[in-house]
Amino acid sequence: MQRDFRHTLNSSPLNPGDLQLNVEHVRLGFGGVTALFDVSLSIYQSEIFAIIGPNGAGKTSLLNCISGLYHPQQGSITYHTGNAEHQITKLKPYEIAELGIARSFQNIELFRHMTVLDNIMAGAHVHMKAGLLSSMLYWGKTQREEIKFRRFAEDIIDLLEIQAIRDKQVGELAYGLQKRVELGRALAMKPAILLLDEPMAGMNAEEKEDMARFVLDVNEEHGVTIVLIEHDMGVIMDISDRIAVLNFGQKIGDGTPEEVSKNQDVVHAYLGEDEDANPVKQMNL
Amino acid sequence: MNSGIFHSTYKADMGLRHTYLEKARWVIFAIFLLAFPFFANRYYLTLANTIGIATIGAIGLNILVGYTGQISLGQGGFMAVGAYTAAILTINMGMPWWASTLVACVVTAIVGALFGIPSLRLKGLYLAIATLASQEIIIWIVTHWDAVTGGVDALVVPAPMLFGITMSSDFNFYWLVWALAGVTALLTANLFRTHIGRAFVAIRDQDIAAEVMGINLFKYKLLSFAVSSFFVGMAGALTAHYRSIVTWERFTVDISVLYLAMIIIGGLGSVRGAFFGATFITLLPATLTNLGRSLKSTFPVVDSILPFIQQAAFGLVIILFLVFEPEGINKMWKDIKDYFRLWPFSY
Repeated sequence: MQRDFRHTLNSSPLNPGDLQLNVEHVRLGFGGVTALFDVSLSIYQSEIFAIIGPNGAGKTSLLNCISGLYHPQQGSITYHTGNAEHQITKLKPYEIAELGIARSFQNIELFRHMTVLDNIMAGAHVHMKAGLLSSMLYWGKTQREEIKFRRFAEDIIDLLEIQAIRDKQVGELAYGLQKRVELGRALAMKPAILLLDEPMAGMNAEEKEDMARFVLDVNEEHGVTIVLIEHDMGVIMDISDRIAVLNFGQKIGDGTPEEVSKNQDVVHAYLGEDEDANPVKQMNL
Repeated sequence: MNSGIFHSTYKADMGLRHTYLEKARWVIFAIFLLAFPFFANRYYLTLANTIGIATIGAIGLNILVGYTGQISLGQGGFMAVGAYTAAILTINMGMPWWASTLVACVVTAIVGALFGIPSLRLKGLYLAIATLASQEIIIWIVTHWDAVTGGVDALVVPAPMLFGITMSSDFNFYWLVWALAGVTALLTANLFRTHIGRAFVAIRDQDIAAEVMGINLFKYKLLSFAVSSFFVGMAGALTAHYRSIVTWERFTVDISVLYLAMIIIGGLGSVRGAFFGATFITLLPATLTNLGRSLKSTFPVVDSILPFIQQAAFGLVIILFLVFEPEGINKMWKDIKDYFRLWPFSY
């Protein structure tokens, strides 16, 4: 197998460009409300795939379907790992995590009372095998395993430039740093696909720049596929390879940033009828 | 002078204790524990043994409540399972104390895991009520299953023997209890620096994120109930062997609340906190009794209302603790350490 990258942070055996995740005709409803209506999309290895849309369009619901927190009533989600394909539609979140799909949350959901280091180590849970008894004895194999992942956690700490806070309790950190730690925790899973739910929400320009740089590092150096929800159009147009647009639970367009910015349905959904007010055009993208 | 702690290996960085001061404190504490029985009289030995048993039980409860965030009012019931299992096996099958204690731990772990099943659906107060139900169910079974448990009558357990020595004297039992308390503390401290312990804490802090990070909630919640109950069962079994009389009255819901008070006052989510809490809750009534006795000679009127004063004082101290140091004695201990680390410079 020949690949351009081979690094610890990526557990996917696929080659760049291979079909990795296939969402087909997914319908998700809560009682009378339909959150997702016949949504289909395909995600390929090592791309940055952005999902955009107005508030309440179903973006987070779609991520929740992929990571198993919601189970769609119709449709299927298929996940490819080279020699096997997995139907993950009905799997539990932890089973999907074990297959290599990691995510971060819109509202930070870190383990508040743990240190940064412990949060990252907790992210590596799926890779750690020590049993109960040997854990309690902390002897031989268990200790070696802990030290191995302690060293691995240090790689992530270096990547995200959070060395200075590694022993701090997460709850007392600034918002921007917490977002960074959450990315680190997800990376510790060595994900094949990384789902990021608004990683830059509530950040200032500099923090956004940093975060965009980390996302690009992870994608370019490690080849991790990234599925991104974000509201900042500048960032989206800059870093994503392909974009899907959701509106009222339906996919109204997808394609490269240029294609999407020219798509009439998308322009209408975002801006109403008047095309002169298109902010994407105003930004000269 | 050091300007900080610098580790050059990950192994050292992940150790339980880092500085010479920490290690020295540990050694001093161990020497104190070893020397104590040779200087203490029978009264203090009894107190020390009670503290030892309570420490094991409190560490067990802290694994469940403090570390995993699954509130439990079933402590008394689980201790009863441990105590009755150990007593019945020793009386009816003639098992040596250590074997019956081990079996009692395992049986309690299984019972604890069974009663932990509702925890998958219930959280917080709802789980508290569910575990309260398990407490009442266990005590009901104990008092009504006459053929096995002797019903409301007491079971008399023969004195534990080790290498031909009777261990039931306070002096001999002291070594047994504190050896087991030490092992319990070490095993628990180790557990919480590995991935299983982190999974427990992750469930407490953010269960949805924990599941998305690949932690099987069902498995780890039940595992937490089982590990916790294992040690709680050990505390129950030791109570049976130490007191040599087992009655259901020793394991009512009062005990569950008392143990919760221990870990809250001592410090949730910490082994040391469990020890502090067990010591405090055991010594407080004893101190109050002694105080009452010494006051009795000067104020004869105290005698008749002494029990009420004791109960009120007990409640008052707990309330004051929660108001002034909600994070428990463990936090006070940390503050003291921090103060002296910088002393005499306060910045």
